[in-house]
Amino acid sequence: MNRDAFFRLTDRLVSGLRGPEVLFARLGTEDSGFVRLSRNRVRQAGNVHHAALGLTLIDGRRQVDGDCDLCGDFDSDTASAGRLLERLREHLAHVPDDPYLTFSETPSESERVLGADLPADAEAIACLTGLAEGLDLVGIWAGGDLGEGLASSLGHRHWHQSSSFNLDWSCYLDRDKAVKGSYSGFDWRPEALAERLDRQRPLLEIMRRPERRIAPGGYRAYLAPAAVQELMDMLAWGGFGLKDHRTRQTPLLALAEQQQRLHPSLSIVEEHARGLASGFTPEGFVKPRAVPLIEAGHFGRCLVDARSAGEYGETVNASAEYPESLAMAPGDLDPDRIAERLGTGLYIGNLWYCNWSDRNACRITGMTRFGSFWVENGEPVAPVAVMRFDDSLYRLLGDRLEGLTSERELILSAETYDGRSTDSYLLPGALVGEIALAL
Amino acid sequence: MNELHRIANKLRAVALGVDYWTVRVVEQVHESLAVRDDVAEPAALGSSMGAMVTVVEGAGIGYGASSDLTPAGMQRAFSQARAAAALHARLGLFDARLQPRSRFRATYRASVAEGWETLPTEAKLELLFDACARLDIDPRIVERAAWLEHRRVQQVLITSDGGDVAQHWEYVHCGLAATAHADGQTQTRRGGGADSAGQGGLERIAAAGFVEHAERVAAEAVALVEAPECPCGRRDLILLPSQMTLQIHESIGHPLELDRILGDERNYAGTSFVTPDMFGSYRYGSDLLNVTFDPAVPGELASAVADDDGTPAEPVHLIRNGLLERPLGGLLSQRRAGLPGTANARACGWDRPPIDRMANINLEPGEGTLADLIARVERGVLMDTNRSWSIDDSRNKFQFGCELGRLIEDGELRGLVRNPGYRGISAAFWRNLDGVAGPEALEVRGVRNCGKGEPGQSVYVGHASPPCLFRDVEVLGGGL
Repeated sequence: MNRDAFFRLTDRLVSGLRGPEVLFARLGTEDSGFVRLSRNRVRQAGNVHHAALGLTLIDGRRQVDGDCDLCGDFDSDTASAGRLLERLREHLAHVPDDPYLTFSETPSESERVLGADLPADAEAIACLTGLAEGLDLVGIWAGGDLGEGLASSLGHRHWHQSSSFNLDWSCYLDRDKAVKGSYSGFDWRPEALAERLDRQRPLLEIMRRPERRIAPGGYRAYLAPAAVQELMDMLAWGGFGLKDHRTRQTPLLALAEQQQRLHPSLSIVEEHARGLASGFTPEGFVKPRAVPLIEAGHFGRCLVDARSAGEYGETVNASAEYPESLAMAPGDLDPDRIAERLGTGLYIGNLWYCNWSDRNACRITGMTRFGSFWVENGEPVAPVAVMRFDDSLYRLLGDRLEGLTSERELILSAETYDGRSTDSYLLPGALVGEIALAL
Repeated sequence: MNELHRIANKLRAVALGVDYWTVRVVEQVHESLAVRDDVAEPAALGSSMGAMVTVVEGAGIGYGASSDLTPAGMQRAFSQARAAAALHARLGLFDARLQPRSRFRATYRASVAEGWETLPTEAKLELLFDACARLDIDPRIVERAAWLEHRRVQQVLITSDGGDVAQHWEYVHCGLAATAHADGQTQTRRGGGADSAGQGGLERIAAAGFVEHAERVAAEAVALVEAPECPCGRRDLILLPSQMTLQIHESIGHPLELDRILGDERNYAGTSFVTPDMFGSYRYGSDLLNVTFDPAVPGELASAVADDDGTPAEPVHLIRNGLLERPLGGLLSQRRAGLPGTANARACGWDRPPIDRMANINLEPGEGTLADLIARVERGVLMDTNRSWSIDDSRNKFQFGCELGRLIEDGELRGLVRNPGYRGISAAFWRNLDGVAGPEALEVRGVRNCGKGEPGQSVYVGHASPPCLFRDVEVLGGGL
């Protein structure tokens, strides 16, 4: 379903509203090609076409949410949406007033279309497997169109559409010896892919060397941007949401209450205007261009969704209370001299399967994974056996943070659980004086 | 099911000229209600319906999935599946003629004693308000929540070889959570069914002790903020079924998945420390360790009559008396690996193809009671209800955290400890299994967020276990 059909469908639903009823309609569409690869060959290939409609029916202070799938035939979809609306109306009679009901009462409009030059799935895969001949490449190609619309009986009309690709892979030598790569964006350029694969080959040569096993303890370390992303994903889990702060469940409670502070060079911003996510919330609010989350090591502002705004009397600044377009300010470390600055210690390419070991202490445990090396006197000398860390961000990004790289990496999320993600990150690498390895 | 069959049969008119095809039509309906701090959260209801078309043509296999169930939509899904099969035929990892072809015809229907619709919305909300109010026992409680959810999944799988499997799953989930805070320490305790999901209807609410457990859940949250940290060091460890679920899931279930062993998941979910040569000879754990794949346990989350390739589901042992017998792999993986397996090619919905998943993976009971296990511990910790999970990509080095711990000294339970956790290595941990309680202590539980696959898939997985005793484990607490 395209923009015009969605707005026409909403108009049809609005024409059937009764009395003071208010309706918000949301559309999500996806046309994706997915090709899994293993050993540089196709493991599983296919396509997904999905269109889903979400409705919120409001009457006075009461509201009910609902959703259904759409087929693309306007008359059939109008009938499906009408049946859903009728169910919501029946349900609405049985729910109590909602004191936190919050929606935009000021109509607004926007349209953002991010075009792309995408190859056919088969063309992209033939290119990749050709360039990666001789490598044990495993990963996924995901590409195609995503659409998101919002319309209301109050006059809101928003449309956000993008076409993109995301190639996420790793090249293996044996068991857990691998390096990770990705190539994502809007304009497919085989030479850019070739360049990324070529960068992995010397790292794979280091991976061939005998593995270095290190004992639990504290180690000097460099966390590449992809490893920093894992730490940011943990902070996204309750670190910045207003409700988490007001109910004192945030892992950053001690920071917010100024009992702890992070390194003065650390600033984190939710950059709504930069990201791939839409610029509007499901309740019709327009997101601000940016929200400062951490400023020079101090807590900045919370992310506030519509419900928390109603409950706590704040202004809406996000669709949901976790970052979708997080950026960390760069530092002054030369990325080309990181190994030299590290001296002797761990170069951690990626972290994996992080979780809280104690939220009160902002303490995280997780594993090293792809592309992690032992560095001696400024030279990568051997791959390291995977190690478990258990450490607090108050240390890693606090008194033990020695610096951030001057260049940042734009990472487009490869997550696909609920359709292709539009989350993105703009992150530097981080040099830390010590990381605690536990197992 | 008639409507689903009608949609599935549309494919017969367009699926021409290929060697084998299947169409899996899935309809899901859901509804959720919740009350938080005595305020009803927005009610949500809805549905999803779509079809997954799979085509085998020559050496290739491909899929096309769509929410467009019109004849034109089905035609497009078929064409896309055929194009993907052509790509696989040209650059595939294996010859698609290994794909199983199903002629199986069967039906499955979850047992539901009290249907979701038999209780009006007002009555459900009243129940939630009551439970939420009962959590309000102390000013240190900073957030209270009670929730109730319903999900019904109907699926029809039709194959070009005459297979026809119709399955109807139904779930009612309920739960409570209380969060307490004092002096910089925040602790959350859950209960009332929050971590004991299963198939069934509203009868599950009473079985979970939804309302009755509220005061205990809140009292434990308050007690935990006042409790000392769990000590660090090597001790014996008793895990209740609420944590055994996770322990089985992460360090037996995932490492035995055959697609991980084959390398398919190395870019995301990971590989496995288990290798093909280990089956039939590897000592996975002590003699007390018996683990089954059992799709026939009534009410368990993943009970079914067949997997999503149409392979009949039968109970089998994975580990018997500590020895590793077989992996978790559907017929395609079995043929690729030359190993036996299970009927576990599962998809999370109509928009994802089947891959090797856990279904019901259960640790079979031994004998005795929880009290008998505690009596055998001189210095240890008992841990209850998972809250944190982390394990390496080959499923070996793990660290898990629980909501609540209790010290054990000289065979008796002592005081509460907060932030309890433990870490270990799967290959060694299960060999330290020194006690498995009997059938009376067995609890049937599961997880509803098992994530895996590219593109990502989150599925329901069942786990049943009694409490278990492990010797000489590294336990830990919280703090900086």
